[in-house]
Amino acid sequence: MTTTANNPPASGEAGAPLGVRGGVWNHHHVLDLDDFALPEIEMVLNLADRMREVLDRRIARVPALRGYTIVNLFYEPSTRTRASFELAGKVLGADVISVNSTTSSVVKGESLIDTVRTLRAMRADAIVMRHSLSGAPYLAAEHTDASIINAGDGAHAHPTQALLDLYTIRSRIGDLRGKRVVMVGDIAHSRVARSDMWGLTALGAEVVVCGPPTLLPRGLKASDRPAHAESALPPVTIETDIDRAIEGADVVMALRLQSERQQGGLLPSLREYSRLYQVTAERLSRAKPNHLLMHPGPKNEGVEIAASVAAGRHSIIEEQVTNGVAVRMALLYLLSGGSGLSGDPTGEAR
Amino acid sequence: MPTLAIHNGRVIDPALGRDGIADVVIVDGRIARVGPNEGDMVVEAERIDATGMIVTPGFVDLHTHLREPGFEYKETIATGTAAAARGGYTTVCAMPNTSPALDSRSAVESVLREAESSGRVRVLPIGCITIGRLGKELAPQNELIEAGVVAISDDGDAVADPSLMRHALAYSTAFGLPVAQHCEDPSLVRDGQMHEGWVATRLGLRGRPASAEETLVARDIALAELSGAHLHICHISTAGSVALVAAARARGAHVTAEVTPHHLTLTHEEVAFGDDYRHIRYNTLAKVNPPLREEADLVALAEALRDGVIDAIATDHAPHAVSDKEIEFAFAAPGLTMLETSFGLSMRLVHEGLISLPVLIERMTIGPVRAWRLDERTGIAGLGTLAPGAPADVAILDPNAEWTVEPESFASKGKNTPLGGRTLRGRVLATIYGGAVVFETDRVGAY
Repeated sequence: MTTTANNPPASGEAGAPLGVRGGVWNHHHVLDLDDFALPEIEMVLNLADRMREVLDRRIARVPALRGYTIVNLFYEPSTRTRASFELAGKVLGADVISVNSTTSSVVKGESLIDTVRTLRAMRADAIVMRHSLSGAPYLAAEHTDASIINAGDGAHAHPTQALLDLYTIRSRIGDLRGKRVVMVGDIAHSRVARSDMWGLTALGAEVVVCGPPTLLPRGLKASDRPAHAESALPPVTIETDIDRAIEGADVVMALRLQSERQQGGLLPSLREYSRLYQVTAERLSRAKPNHLLMHPGPKNEGVEIAASVAAGRHSIIEEQVTNGVAVRMALLYLLSGGSGLSGDPTGEAR
Repeated sequence: MPTLAIHNGRVIDPALGRDGIADVVIVDGRIARVGPNEGDMVVEAERIDATGMIVTPGFVDLHTHLREPGFEYKETIATGTAAAARGGYTTVCAMPNTSPALDSRSAVESVLREAESSGRVRVLPIGCITIGRLGKELAPQNELIEAGVVAISDDGDAVADPSLMRHALAYSTAFGLPVAQHCEDPSLVRDGQMHEGWVATRLGLRGRPASAEETLVARDIALAELSGAHLHICHISTAGSVALVAAARARGAHVTAEVTPHHLTLTHEEVAFGDDYRHIRYNTLAKVNPPLREEADLVALAEALRDGVIDAIATDHAPHAVSDKEIEFAFAAPGLTMLETSFGLSMRLVHEGLISLPVLIERMTIGPVRAWRLDERTGIAGLGTLAPGAPADVAILDPNAEWTVEPESFASKGKNTPLGGRTLRGRVLATIYGGAVVFETDRVGAY
């Protein structure tokens, strides 16, 4: 039933192929990067380059999405992702509203389905959804023909964060093929890590995930899966020793550690965690001299990342944030099908 | 004298070691004779021509959720037993996780009364192990037995407290009552949504590890051996559990086990994947506890079923309303509707050469009866057999007929199956309960 969730509906403008640098865009929803082919990822990144130019203009506003309505539907608190989507939509001239449903008001039943149907009935074209439960955007996508953009679902996926990470790395080091990208921290519960793994491996990077055994998901090692399912998860290397992981890295990404992990018995203490897995200047000395340091935010400085390196010269954390707006502009534009445009999303209205 | 003759089918009656072409003659709701056509086919008898068909005792299910009282929007005794009849089942043991739970004489008697009036097949209630299934205090076992329960179980939840489980088992030895445990350690499966493994990792869902089942199976075997109690493992699902049960039985422990058709045939991939590994889904229809496991578990389960380490196929028929399933995966109710697809799905093992047809039939008829000594417990001699004098409970089957699963046509209110649209090979053609035809397809007609 959901296997076709990402295919465009039989009718409707969103399904219209849109040529952007030779590729064909046929996603009606953006749920994760697992079903993105390499040319589709490249299409987003290339378009994000042009969106970045728009953002850097003195008056950053183009009418590319005039008449397009975007609803931010957030069932979980978020500052940066929500603000980023709001700005992306507004820069492109879309109408953007935000609906916050606090977790406590999430009730069982059909409330999610009802909500997305209601928003569609109000002519929402795209619904940007953040939810604490893995898979919630897939349920939404089955019950509406509005475009669903997953802005983070439980421990599952955060595809727009991954796209902005890819964009940021690519803008610094170009071709990712053969580059060593290391993610350190709570891999098991990280939606960012999951989506990044798909995106980075699609672009040819060598991905290493590193964390204590209790924060590494099962079955990630290819040998833990049957041979026929080799492609069911991205090909990554698993490491519990941070020094070995960082050795020769081109990019190091520290992931946020939720303090609940300690209460859940997964870690002895935050102190022990930071002694073993904090990304520090000393540890980064094993990485390539020109390595990049990233963090999806929000940071716990002094836990998973040392404050000095977060603000240091290798850090591109703030750039990630700016690029996030550009990448989301690109995605929204592609999802809108480019209707009513001259084909140049960065130009003035005709 | 109302009579019915089932003519010329291949009669498989594992209890009596019978497998051959014969007539089954039914008089007054009981089996009168099974044997070659001796020309004594009563002229006034209604006849079913079973040429080319398989004739077996009606199936016996040790694990059915009928949902009544309390959850009639999911299923009722009337609809659940109608589903049973369509699945070839003539006896179903009803789990006590109703509202109120079956922890008292009055609750058990109310189920039996309702079954008497609206049931299409025989309903044997299972009582609770603990009051309200809360895992705090023992339910009154003797009172429940007097009311008519054939086993006790807090199914859906395990009795987590080892001390309480120990006492439940020890106390049951006074009555020889089977104590049926849903083996999943609650602290190891807390918030778990599916089998812990690579598919759960792909979906970002919290897992329910195989070890959560195995540790409780091991614990409860040890506790049962302490007092010589009869421990029954519900819906066994892992290779590790199978090894534990096999070892316990080899030691002479009184441990029996059941397995579901879905745990025998479907893996955790069912939750996430359709045609390829590129696209995922969150298929709540494949959400069940214990969860669907891995290929190696399926192999071990089939072997254990073949070798008799597992006594019975039980459906764990768990009907739910659409609103229980068409929601976020974590909120979706676990379980799937199974009575009407049980034979067709289980036949996959026969078609794949993993077990023989007579062994499959054994595990669906006399196997469960012997596991819980249901004949002695109910006083129904010959239950699960076609012995003369036994109740005329019969299933007529075509093991090779292909059919497409159409949930909307189920008799069960629960349409929650991941098998919708799939083709199964093996079909129930008719079901006779107490001499009366309670289900028939147009393939069989009395004439």
